[in-house]
Amino acid sequence: MFTDRWKRSETADARSHAASAIETSAHRNSDNSASPTKRRSSGLEQFFTHIRGEENLDLLDFSGASQANIEFITSMGHRLYSEDLIATLDFAFGGPDNYGKQLDPVHQQAFLAQNLNFKTRQFDGALLWDALEFLAPPLLPPMVDRLRDIMKPGAYMLALFHTEERCEAVPTWHYRIANGNTLLLAPRGSRRPAQHFSNRAVEKLFQDFDNVKFFLTRDSLREVIVKR
Amino acid sequence: MWNKKRDDEYTPKPAGQPVHPAQDVKPEPASYASTSAPVKAPAAEPPRGVAAIGKSVIIKGNILSREDLWLDGEVEGTVEVPEHRLTIGPHAKLNAGIRAREVIVLGGVNGDVEAMEKIDIRKDAKLVGNIKTGGIIIEDGAYFKGSIDIIRSQEAAKPAVQPRPKEQPTATPVAAAVAVEQKR
Repeated sequence: MFTDRWKRSETADARSHAASAIETSAHRNSDNSASPTKRRSSGLEQFFTHIRGEENLDLLDFSGASQANIEFITSMGHRLYSEDLIATLDFAFGGPDNYGKQLDPVHQQAFLAQNLNFKTRQFDGALLWDALEFLAPPLLPPMVDRLRDIMKPGAYMLALFHTEERCEAVPTWHYRIANGNTLLLAPRGSRRPAQHFSNRAVEKLFQDFDNVKFFLTRDSLREVIVKR
Repeated sequence: MWNKKRDDEYTPKPAGQPVHPAQDVKPEPASYASTSAPVKAPAAEPPRGVAAIGKSVIIKGNILSREDLWLDGEVEGTVEVPEHRLTIGPHAKLNAGIRAREVIVLGGVNGDVEAMEKIDIRKDAKLVGNIKTGGIIIEDGAYFKGSIDIIRSQEAAKPAVQPRPKEQPTATPVAAAVAVEQKR
């Protein structure tokens, strides 16, 4: 459970979640011809636990609009803001592995001016998925600052980070919510993360947030719940 | 220009081709097996008996239609089709606010959309803007950026008001209050 003063990574609760198996298909691969992979998500379960019983919340979803996510979230009585941040990055900087252009300050400013630029809007929760991994290091802090600005105090975010230390291409997914604790991962190719995120790096990334909780998983995706 | 398609403007349809762009499409199930949704092929041409604005038409201003409208050109302004269906064709580029009973998007829209009954965003469509609607269908492959607010009211659940049959091809109820440019 969360404590407001706790900022260290916690693994005790996470181990109990890891014991409830992650179902992953043996056929999961990076090409788009593969069928969606079912994946149990303790982080997703925790995220929805925090907003259980509430209605009319404003939630942010970075995986891009999908019928599954729209139906699931709006059926709970919430409003959804949807954006495929990875596609937006490609539009803005030109295709995957576009980190060279992401380093250009002019392109950075243009990107920040056109995206997540909510003047008065704030959100009660955010599903960031693995999008933050594909932001170049100079672009990441202003994006996280922008997230802090648009998240209401006490709001929760779910983020995923690959655990491989080598920054080689990893499978990327459209994250579809099947139910409150299960995802369907629809393949969308592979992409090289901008950097490797250790637990310490993730804590440092969200150092201006209230706390960070990690969930151990059996696959290569680390789940993180961040409280604003 | 506002009425039925001309033969030299559209390719002829083979017999049996689905012509109604607004046939109900099943929502994509969460356990879909592929990114290609098994839905009826979206019509790339306007159906008969529907007011149509072709892909070569550029409009800057406000469009008001009192019947179903197929819009495949470029519009900057607003588009209102109260109590009827608006189909945004695959070549359309709209930089406009939209209000209709039902909206089907096959092309590009940059603007807020209010669809009292439902909005159907097809594969290859691109919509940037906020949606307020009674129901939404979005195909895999569609690009959407914006907010979705589902209207949960009796007003949105009312059955569609059927449009009056067209009286004469020339007596079009579509009104465009601004100059229209037509590319050659």
